[in-house]
Amino acid sequence: MKINFNQVSFTRKQKTILHNISFQLEGPKIVGLLGRNGAGKTTLLSILTAFQQASNGTVTLNNETTFENEHAVEQMIFVRDHNFEYETEKVGDYIETYAKFRPNFDHGYAHQLLKRFRVSKDLEVAKLSKGMASAMQVVIGLASRAPVTIFDEAYLGMDAPARELFYKEVLNDFMEHPRLIILSTHLISEMETLFEEVIIIKNGRLFTHEDKEAFQQRGYRITGDEQSVNEFSKDKTIVATQQLGPTKSVMIYGSFTDDDQRRLAELNLERSFVSLQDLFIHLTEEENEDDE
Amino acid sequence: MRPTLDDTRPIYLQIREMIEDEIIEGRLLEETQAPSTNQLVAFYKINPATILKGINQLVDAGILYKKRGVGMFVASGSKQQLLEKRKEHFLREYVEPMHKEAERLSISEDELHSLIFKRGGHPNED
Repeated sequence: MKINFNQVSFTRKQKTILHNISFQLEGPKIVGLLGRNGAGKTTLLSILTAFQQASNGTVTLNNETTFENEHAVEQMIFVRDHNFEYETEKVGDYIETYAKFRPNFDHGYAHQLLKRFRVSKDLEVAKLSKGMASAMQVVIGLASRAPVTIFDEAYLGMDAPARELFYKEVLNDFMEHPRLIILSTHLISEMETLFEEVIIIKNGRLFTHEDKEAFQQRGYRITGDEQSVNEFSKDKTIVATQQLGPTKSVMIYGSFTDDDQRRLAELNLERSFVSLQDLFIHLTEEENEDDE
Repeated sequence: MRPTLDDTRPIYLQIREMIEDEIIEGRLLEETQAPSTNQLVAFYKINPATILKGINQLVDAGILYKKRGVGMFVASGSKQQLLEKRKEHFLREYVEPMHKEAERLSISEDELHSLIFKRGGHPNED
């Protein structure tokens, strides 16, 4: 499975939502698509899955253009927030209807999952609670076993145990049926261990696309005496600062060299690790000041 | 096995250290099978690629080796090797910082020695 996003832009009502985004994904792999609300995650995914057409640029799946290409679209499933208000079918029937269009659908697995999520097949879809509707969609998403499986903030409305179950099933099913899974989220602390790669979208632009650990290790925190911290970080990118009396702590984004290691010891400073969530928060925070 | 991971260090390192601890503390014996990637994925709920990164480092270091079609095994001599590595680590991460701190607090060599023996329940103190 190979997805190629080539210089994709998307404009609606004269507002540019995605700016010239390019990346390549090659599975099997679990990828996290991260971005704040309104960053353009859903738009990006709906273009990826050919629900919308890019204003500029191309999207291909295994070198085939995806837009209006039935063969490509069949290989992808896009689970997103959906309004079931007028869906009078029962859960079981709804899933059966859906499964007809999914060549790899595993009915046995779907039923097992429904039980685990405690969603009855006999309930009317329109009457499901928000959490149950999300669970039903997650069941469809997983049981479809599409070569490209995409969950756009699929956990909405689910309580903590249901989310835990979802994360566990994503991993289990990925191990048994390796495929390209994309999970979009802003609940990073809960989900960061699931990802092998991350794509970060900031203000409609691609901020980074790389191995999760590699990205995470470019962020670190330096703590110590204020002057020494200033000395160490004078030519570095500081993304967050904290101060307590004469002690200063800064979060730095950039590579950490052997030379940095030596200076760290000389200046008697301490270096610590930052979580993906922390790094993400600080790197995507200054937004509003220079918004277009 | 440690039940949870923390977010103060890279996860693959924690996976690696967790397996090292199992060997050092004798819960995982030489020439026996190490936990599989699948088991670790299910236990810690982390991406298999992250687990593999930790395991591969242990393979490169000669602590684990692969038996084709069976899985990962703990190499002979790995416990001794790990103990030596951890002693160096102990020196760097515990002993040296302790000396530094003692200096800062104006604790003399002799005083430091007696403090260690007192706290550590040295046989001479019995």
